[in-house]
Amino acid sequence: MGNEIAPVREASPSRHPGWQELAFSLRRLFKNPLTIIGLTIILFFVFLAVAAPWIAPPPRPHDPYLMPHSGWDMTPSPPSVKNPLGTLPSQYDILYGVIWGTRNAFRIGLAIVLANLLVGLVLGAVAGYFGGLVDEIIMRVADIFYAIPLLVIAMALVIALGRGLQSVVLALIILQWPTYTRVIRSEILVLRNMDYILAARASGSSHLRILFRHVLPNSMFSAIIVASMNVGVTILIVAALSFLGLGSDTGYADWGAMVATCRNFIVGPPGNRLAYWYLVFIPGFTIALFVLGWNLLGDAVRDVFDPRMRRR
Amino acid sequence: MSDPLIDIRQLVKYYPVTGGVFRRHIADVKAVDGVDLKIERGECLGLVGESGCGKTTLGKTILRLHDATSGRVYFSQPAARIEEVEKMLASGRPEERRKAARQEVDVTAMNGRRLRELRRKMQIVFQDPSNSLNPRMLIKDIVAEPLVAQRMVKSREVESRVLELLGVVGMGAGHLKRYPHEFSGGQRQRIAIARALATSPEFVLMDEPTSALDVSVQAQILNLLKRLQRDFKLTYLFVTHHLLVVKYTSDRIAVMYLGKVVELAATPEMFRQPLHPYTKALLSAIPIPDPETGRERIILTGDVPNPVDPPRACRFHPRCRYAKDICREVEPRLEDAGQGHMVACHRWREI
Amino acid sequence: MEKLIETRDLYTDFNTFEGVVKALNGVSVVVNEGETYGLVGESGCGKSVNVRSMMRIVQAPGRIVSGKVVIFFRAEDRSRGIDIVERSEAYMTSLRGDSISMIFQEASTSLNPVLSIGYQIGESFHFHRLTQMLQETIADLDGELSRPTWILPRGWKRLQKSLLARELRVLTHYKDRIDRIDHELYGLEDKSDGAAADRRHLLNRRRDRLQKESTVAEIFKRVPLVRSYQRRVERTVRRHVVELLRSLGVPNPERIAASYPHELSGGMQQRIVIAIALACHPVLLIADEPTSNLDVTIQAQIIDLIKQLKKTAISSVLFITHDLGLVAEVCDRTSVMYAGDISETATVKELFRNPLHPYSQGLLRSVPKVEQTGELATIPGGVPNLIAPPSGCRFHPRCPHRMAVCSERKPNLLEHSAGHWVACHLYSEGTR
Repeated sequence: MGNEIAPVREASPSRHPGWQELAFSLRRLFKNPLTIIGLTIILFFVFLAVAAPWIAPPPRPHDPYLMPHSGWDMTPSPPSVKNPLGTLPSQYDILYGVIWGTRNAFRIGLAIVLANLLVGLVLGAVAGYFGGLVDEIIMRVADIFYAIPLLVIAMALVIALGRGLQSVVLALIILQWPTYTRVIRSEILVLRNMDYILAARASGSSHLRILFRHVLPNSMFSAIIVASMNVGVTILIVAALSFLGLGSDTGYADWGAMVATCRNFIVGPPGNRLAYWYLVFIPGFTIALFVLGWNLLGDAVRDVFDPRMRRR
Repeated sequence: MSDPLIDIRQLVKYYPVTGGVFRRHIADVKAVDGVDLKIERGECLGLVGESGCGKTTLGKTILRLHDATSGRVYFSQPAARIEEVEKMLASGRPEERRKAARQEVDVTAMNGRRLRELRRKMQIVFQDPSNSLNPRMLIKDIVAEPLVAQRMVKSREVESRVLELLGVVGMGAGHLKRYPHEFSGGQRQRIAIARALATSPEFVLMDEPTSALDVSVQAQILNLLKRLQRDFKLTYLFVTHHLLVVKYTSDRIAVMYLGKVVELAATPEMFRQPLHPYTKALLSAIPIPDPETGRERIILTGDVPNPVDPPRACRFHPRCRYAKDICREVEPRLEDAGQGHMVACHRWREI
Repeated sequence: MEKLIETRDLYTDFNTFEGVVKALNGVSVVVNEGETYGLVGESGCGKSVNVRSMMRIVQAPGRIVSGKVVIFFRAEDRSRGIDIVERSEAYMTSLRGDSISMIFQEASTSLNPVLSIGYQIGESFHFHRLTQMLQETIADLDGELSRPTWILPRGWKRLQKSLLARELRVLTHYKDRIDRIDHELYGLEDKSDGAAADRRHLLNRRRDRLQKESTVAEIFKRVPLVRSYQRRVERTVRRHVVELLRSLGVPNPERIAASYPHELSGGMQQRIVIAIALACHPVLLIADEPTSNLDVTIQAQIIDLIKQLKKTAISSVLFITHDLGLVAEVCDRTSVMYAGDISETATVKELFRNPLHPYSQGLLRSVPKVEQTGELATIPGGVPNLIAPPSGCRFHPRCPHRMAVCSERKPNLLEHSAGHWVACHLYSEGTR
């Protein structure tokens, strides 16, 4: 029996084929302008977050998230040389808030999403792979979580746990795992019947090995895609909760909290309704830009990892 | 008469059908409904039938990829021992049954370590090579998996063993560190075969191994399978719906219909003188690549019935042109029509 | 025999991410009236692409690069035919389902799961035979009106009749105008000067517009009150549907027409698909691997059905398959395709008795036969990558008889003996 003709693409012997696949996908990715926009936005925010201690030196080094305020005047000041983006009521500097708020957003967003991802992966894998009673129980519990509107129950939970950013983070972790669980579980339900899983069982692989070697690597990417898109959504919810007064205290560098303090100043005095435009616009625009960047990045991640979109 | 490699006794596999809000068990899909079969050592037994006949389920149940509903499968056991166990079970007394279970010879009842050891001896090659290889694993890891899972070789010997296996199926070292999608269908199937041979099995279940491949590739794979059987003294159960392929590869052929074996014979005998009406219809329905045959085709009426609710008595009687009253009343058993040619039909002598 | 449809030097490319896939490399096929023509080949050889190019349903990123597809059955001049590669999409829509029908491999995905069988078969009648349906409904109404009826129903029926008659008039008017444009287009076909091209372009646009206008009324018909008078037309259509099902040997046609695809078995679904294809009595039925997913006994039923229909309802069948046994059973003439080229064309008997092209020879020897002795012969290697296909003859890397010229020049399809064409340098002088 002669040797088969060579495979479709010649591999370069130096690099591991896994990296080659990645390089190929990345190359294709960067042809999409939206990807570049998304990546630029996120990189910009990353820069802000990383460079925060240098571009906006904290006045109180032990707690940099407390915004500096020059004075106690309740009326916010418009952008000026001293405060380039203006100030909030009580003269908190908006620019400082935006920069350190970026760090805060990353911290919170990534913490929540990563925790959710972990819980979702475990529960989803167990539910999907083993099925039966365990599956039923997990899914019915997830249904209960879904039945109540997220914001409402988040508020209730935060109040129960005590107001503050930690509670918000904890509440969202508790409340958002069903999404990831469902996504993973549905992928696994399809995957379970693939022949290579059966082949692994016929080879004598244990269930654990099958889960880690076969099931998870093929199904976790959809969860990662959902996760990357969810970072933006999570930030929005945290901002909403902060705006409602359930998150951080006044003076904390959190975008939602910043808008919250301006509740009385959203509409200006009659005759000059837009006097305090910068109060809502600047933090709001920052939130919107951040969420947009993550959404675009999520799309890009999906293009890279979704097996259906591969060029096969 | 040598010991059969696999002895299947009254194997039954039902899939429960649930319905309603409370998921009550309302019916069963009777995929395999009482099959007795012996697979001899070193032979290639072809298993043919149409969709819904249970041939794939039978194969996978033998391999314990599905749990049987009832029945026994004996793998590589001396005939005497099998008879002993069967007698114990037939006696009906619970302590006899427990004694039989302790013998640990029944594949359907094995568990844990014994089952895992057994899996070294029984392997499977699947139909669709694009599904049977993990798309995110390298070829090296795919072929090595059975060895690693069974802890059969030391880690530094894995690669050389994998190379050896790939060489046997006609592939080379340059193919090790690649992903399945870089290969054609035929090549992927070769990889799947290499994986199946990794643990040096005695028995390989071929589940439609060439149905998803092109004609010219099919010929290559069939020749490869024949050669491997010869070189490694393997036993095959060749499941397929393509009768000419099974004629080329198999020594004996078993025909299944709706969960039961309706005819079993040596290949030349089966084609020369099919006895069961279903076999006759099946054979006449194969398209033959010869425009000059001018043979008479038996066109069956109706569709393949549903395995949830198979017809009473002889399962084939609604579509059989020779059906008589007895066919509607009494289920025919497999009888010996001479020289090991078994057929399950009341009227085989007259037709 | 009269020619029915012909492709001449068809080139189709697919512009994919990895490069241009040269799927069809100058394919010429002739299907005559009354014959069953087989197109055999393995995966990737281009048989499906060929047929889809003929019907102009090649999906993006594929497109027909050059070549002609000539139909002879609608032409006024039977010897010249009409080239449909350049025709407008509206023209093709009127052709598909009416004169040329196609059935596909997977019957369950060819049927819409949320629409009843009767509706789906009726769509063909609605789209292509609307004037006929309207005429019949009006005739029915006339018949009912001629008998004594109560006053209210009588008034309603007369209203329906006048509405339908008006619709019929409008449709006929459109049809006349479209026919006139077609006639003029046909006259302009051979002219290649600028003025003629402009006029053709203008006429095509006008034709499209007219066709769209004549079907705009379809949307209007969905309005509730308007729909009620359409029900009579639907009744006529349903009558035809039941007739058709009965003629195909479907038991209990009324019940089947009211049921949904998932309630039927695979074989029955494929029969329904055939019914949809045959509703308007097409001249050509293209079957793209219609039985590959079916069981052998069901396949036999469907093949039998197609053979019967050849005698009664259709003129020609273009049958695509990879199964040489089916070709031997069903087809009169056949072409063997390899990697976008036609390698051999002959009558089935001739091809099996005397295959000339090395690929056909290899293929025939690699198929298990009933009296198989010895090992199956194989063709070494695999199907080439069509983005960078082999130069010259695309089969040369695998050919046991390859010569120097085979990698340089692509062999033309030449007639070796009567009706037996082969594209191979071994025979290029016409002698062997």
